[in-house]
Amino acid sequence: MNWISNFVRPKINAIFSRKGSSETLWVKCESCNSMIFHKEFSQNLNVCPSCNYHMYMSPEDRFRSLFDDSLYSAIDYDAPEQDPLNFKDTKKYTDRIKDAQRSTGQKEAISISEGQLGGMKTIIACQDFKFMGGSMGMAVGNAILEGVKRAVKNKSPFILFAAAGGARMQESVLSLIQMPRTTVAIEMLREAKLPYIVVLTNPTTGGVTASYAMLGDVQIAEPNALICFAGPRVIEQTIRERLPEGFQRSEYLLDHGMLDKVISRKFLREELIKLIYLLKNQPPPIRGNITESDGPNGRDS
Amino acid sequence: MTIYLDFEKDLAEIQSKISDLEGLPDSSSSKNIKNEIKLLKSKTVDILSNLYADMSPWRKCQVARHPERPHTTDYINYIISEYTPLSGDRNFAEDLAIVGGLGRLGDTPVVVIGHEKGNSTESRLKRNFGMARPEGYRKAARLMKLADKFGLPIITFIDTPGAYPGKGAEERGQAEAIARSTQTCLEVSVPIISIIIGEGGSGGAIAMASANTLIMLEHSIYSVISPEGCASILWKNSDKMREAADALKLTAQHLKKIGVVDKVIKEPLGGAHRDKNKALEEVKKTLLEELIAFQKIDRQKIKKHRSDKYINMGSLSNL
Ligand SMILES: [Zn+2]
Repeated sequence: MNWISNFVRPKINAIFSRKGSSETLWVKCESCNSMIFHKEFSQNLNVCPSCNYHMYMSPEDRFRSLFDDSLYSAIDYDAPEQDPLNFKDTKKYTDRIKDAQRSTGQKEAISISEGQLGGMKTIIACQDFKFMGGSMGMAVGNAILEGVKRAVKNKSPFILFAAAGGARMQESVLSLIQMPRTTVAIEMLREAKLPYIVVLTNPTTGGVTASYAMLGDVQIAEPNALICFAGPRVIEQTIRERLPEGFQRSEYLLDHGMLDKVISRKFLREELIKLIYLLKNQPPPIRGNITESDGPNGRDS
Repeated sequence: MTIYLDFEKDLAEIQSKISDLEGLPDSSSSKNIKNEIKLLKSKTVDILSNLYADMSPWRKCQVARHPERPHTTDYINYIISEYTPLSGDRNFAEDLAIVGGLGRLGDTPVVVIGHEKGNSTESRLKRNFGMARPEGYRKAARLMKLADKFGLPIITFIDTPGAYPGKGAEERGQAEAIARSTQTCLEVSVPIISIIIGEGGSGGAIAMASANTLIMLEHSIYSVISPEGCASILWKNSDKMREAADALKLTAQHLKKIGVVDKVIKEPLGGAHRDKNKALEEVKKTLLEELIAFQKIDRQKIKKHRSDKYINMGSLSNL
């Protein structure tokens, strides 16, 4: 098994050989505005080399960067009835979905895959903020339930990468009830004594934070991610005062006891492998590799 | 003194005419005046019947938020005997936006929990308009666990614009507190009967409404976001709340149709606030019926009933 060689350094060749690289040669950092050569950006897992700002990463890129040998298979889930409420604001909901599908190439705001993580069969779910703000509706609920059922069947750990503006308004109360619905799924993991690890990415807000995304056995966040229930703008309007610097960011939550760790993307794979083996009460896959790595404890620099 | 909503202007005029006539010195002796009052009163009933028969979702929101509508404390005082309030989350504070405690529904000891909006300027401030902070949800979860330990059914009254969006609330883990409260709802093996008496506002509501049976009052609402909030995000204009209320389909009637709500309780003509005692009595009757229905069911089945309900509900594939 050659996952051992990927263990310390995640395989990224699959990422920078993608089509996107030919479209633009340079990527502008959303935080410090520095121009990053596309290849370097991909190699660095969409993190700015100058300021460590963590930018958007698609579910597919995540899976490739995490699973052994970048090998994984997608888990399919039932499509719910589309637009049961016939929702229309300035645009029809069905059109919004079509647009999102066209621009992301994905069918919904979450993807779930199965593969080996450090040699252990693991399910990873990943929300896609580019698909209607990663919003949680019936499809996200179906996907999480399906992924959890697979985890229970295979006795696999379940890892969830959260990214969402919250519940999907266009599904109204049907999106609201995904909060208890996904919580039932998390209960299934608990009853089966399987690790449930949440990685909060930028941004995770609203009904998603207030349900499955805060119920992990271990709560990890990427640096500087906005993580909240109510967004900063809503709060400023309510309390009519300016919020402190870094409010509702990962490091702030860590300081307030809401997270276990803030971890840079490049250390995530190692950290997750270490955690699933510890929680599953199994010997480490390769003795020495984990402790020798320069992975962080708690907040990283 | 009734507060009239903007669409009830005609009623307000008629009522002031009635008051004027009743105030006349010979109102009790004059047959003409008595007849006129009688006529005006029957006109009031006609207008109310018309207004409230097929009300728009936005008007429902207005009625659901009516300040004179009976609130959780009114229901508890009327329905629950030997009510013993319990306080605090054992971590940080007592949140007065959520009330709860022990008591009896009929002869059965129960745990009752609910959002309280308050009914005067002072009490509304004290209750934070029914918008709970993390401590409120942690108290709710604590009381649910207490109920579970002693095998007591849980009754929750839902009436909140939503969880409080404040600085301290966020710092102390509003999201986590809501998530844990919902989780506790799904963990316990005693029946949970929830009733939305006014506003069922988003996560702040579902944290206490993840129930075996969900009941709504005829003019209450239940939504993922307020119509104003939805309008400002999707229409980029908060004045479009009527359109948003329509689109959100947040009425009890619609939610019953799609199976999210199990039962709808009819309100007195013109809304619960126009005949409080009748509204309280109807709710009491329904809660007693539900309680009896669950008494025959095995505790482990009760938990499964609730989980299965949510697993099957959310995808609409079974409708
Ligand atoms: Zn940068």
